[in-house]
Amino acid sequence: MTSSAATVSVPKLREHGRVTQARVVVSEWTKLQSLRSTRWSLGVGFLLTIAFPVIFATVTAAHWAHMSPHDRADRHPLDIALAGVNVAQLAIAVLGVLVITGEYSTGMIRSTFLAVPKRLPVLWAKTGVFAVVTFVLILPAVVIAFFASQAILQTHHILQISFGAPGVTRAVIGGAVFVMLVGIFALALGAIVRNTAGGIAVFAGIFFVLPPLMNVLPTSWNNAISQYLPSNAGRTLFSLHTDPHNLHPQWGGLLFVGYCAVALAIAAVLLVRRDT
Amino acid sequence: MIEVIDVTKDYGGKRAVDGLSFTVSPGIVTGFLGPNGSGKSTTMRLVLGLDAPTRGDARVNGKHYRDHSAPLHEVGALLEARSVHTGRSAYNHLLALAQTHGIGRSRVAELVDLVGLHDVARKRAGQFSLGMGQRLGIASALLGDPATVLLDEPVNGLDPEGVHWIRTLLKQLAAEGRTVFVSSHLMSEMALTADHLIVIGRGRLIADTSVDEFVRRASGSRVLVRSPHATRLRELVLGPDVSVTSTAPEVLEIAGLAASEIGDLAAQHGIALHELTPVQASLEEAFMELTRDDVEFRTGDLAARPEEVAA
Repeated sequence: MTSSAATVSVPKLREHGRVTQARVVVSEWTKLQSLRSTRWSLGVGFLLTIAFPVIFATVTAAHWAHMSPHDRADRHPLDIALAGVNVAQLAIAVLGVLVITGEYSTGMIRSTFLAVPKRLPVLWAKTGVFAVVTFVLILPAVVIAFFASQAILQTHHILQISFGAPGVTRAVIGGAVFVMLVGIFALALGAIVRNTAGGIAVFAGIFFVLPPLMNVLPTSWNNAISQYLPSNAGRTLFSLHTDPHNLHPQWGGLLFVGYCAVALAIAAVLLVRRDT
Repeated sequence: MIEVIDVTKDYGGKRAVDGLSFTVSPGIVTGFLGPNGSGKSTTMRLVLGLDAPTRGDARVNGKHYRDHSAPLHEVGALLEARSVHTGRSAYNHLLALAQTHGIGRSRVAELVDLVGLHDVARKRAGQFSLGMGQRLGIASALLGDPATVLLDEPVNGLDPEGVHWIRTLLKQLAAEGRTVFVSSHLMSEMALTADHLIVIGRGRLIADTSVDEFVRRASGSRVLVRSPHATRLRELVLGPDVSVTSTAPEVLEIAGLAASEIGDLAAQHGIALHELTPVQASLEEAFMELTRDDVEFRTGDLAARPEEVAA
């Protein structure tokens, strides 16, 4: 930490560029991959997506002989293969919130907005980079999880399902799409709430508290309303069997995309309007 | 060039900046002076587009900050509040900012060297001392080779060598023709670096003057007189532009007359003088005098004693 105090001269900068959306994307990529916490969360999300199906497949295979026909009928190979998605969604949601609230809690957001004072390019870049990174990471994870759990079940000749069976490919890829959308939704919540604990609490409220609360309602109401909740609409993306009280995957998926778009739109309006 | 035009900013029901207008010109160091809580940081945030003014207009280099297509080339800013992610290294912090403008890695390395952070550039910024944090903030401010520089309390937390380095840097930046706007709550610091002063208190403009003018106004304004006939002398000197205060019997403090005039007057009337001393008000005292009514947070009895409030 030495510097000559005698003369200080700021070197001239030869070329002057301007802020573009593409450059902000590059910057956000640098930010995302230069944090240890990001690398950890993504790594954990990847491993859990694979580990849970492997564990469930192993446990199911080991207990199969002692299971009642009713219990056996309740097991579905795709549920086992995509069990990790439920865990990964939490890791990715927390990271999604942190991607933006981490900047608010440390004050980094001020540096960010000084460099990109129009602000919106930052939101789009953050969302885009995080979504692509999540999808590129989780897609191989769910595919590996599917084949790994199938390989374990196959050695016991139980619960076989082919990747090419109707809807299976869609559900497996849908698992990765779901996790990616959850990340986007959580990022938008983080941008709205601007506080890590608050953002995670709101996310948990919408995804884990609201659905069981619906059971308090009369069954007919519950059946009518629950399918439109973000969590239930999103889950149709990676479920195979069509429950009469659930939306068709394409409509459920579309509705979840809609929720993400609305959350992002609210975040965008607030981002531009609010003081920092 | 910074133009603040009749700017008012309310936070909730509290007015932080109140009808403030001033202009900061290129080529000189302009000091932005005011007690803590007087609205300096708020004004800087308004100029930088981080906060929106309730009323009025703030422009940098002719435009609203938000309307610049390459803001880092126009304005470099060091904010008082920390604005670095604690988990990221200094190098990656600067790189991420540089990339928004397509500024290359060699420039980032250049700035890291300039501020003397070479050895710690790969360390996480959360482990930095206050002084290292300030240096990192200055590196990010100078990243885009900006025409205008805004620094909020830049010497905070710096060691004497660092303080000297900042003073040299500010003068150099101004000499290169840049607009340099530096806030401080310490008059003594500004007297050493600034050419021009903008003084605010409670969000209002108190003075917009050159440092020389400020110093002239501040010094030699009073004369301390000790005389056994203080009461008679008091009556003799009193006039429309002359005020006299007395802190003890036989002691007068006379403002508005030079020591020579008082001495001559006493001689003419045969009054013996035991002491005749021009009192030099320090810059800090002059600043306190100016902002006396505008200090946001008074410290009870201590408020009466300038040196303690100034610190």
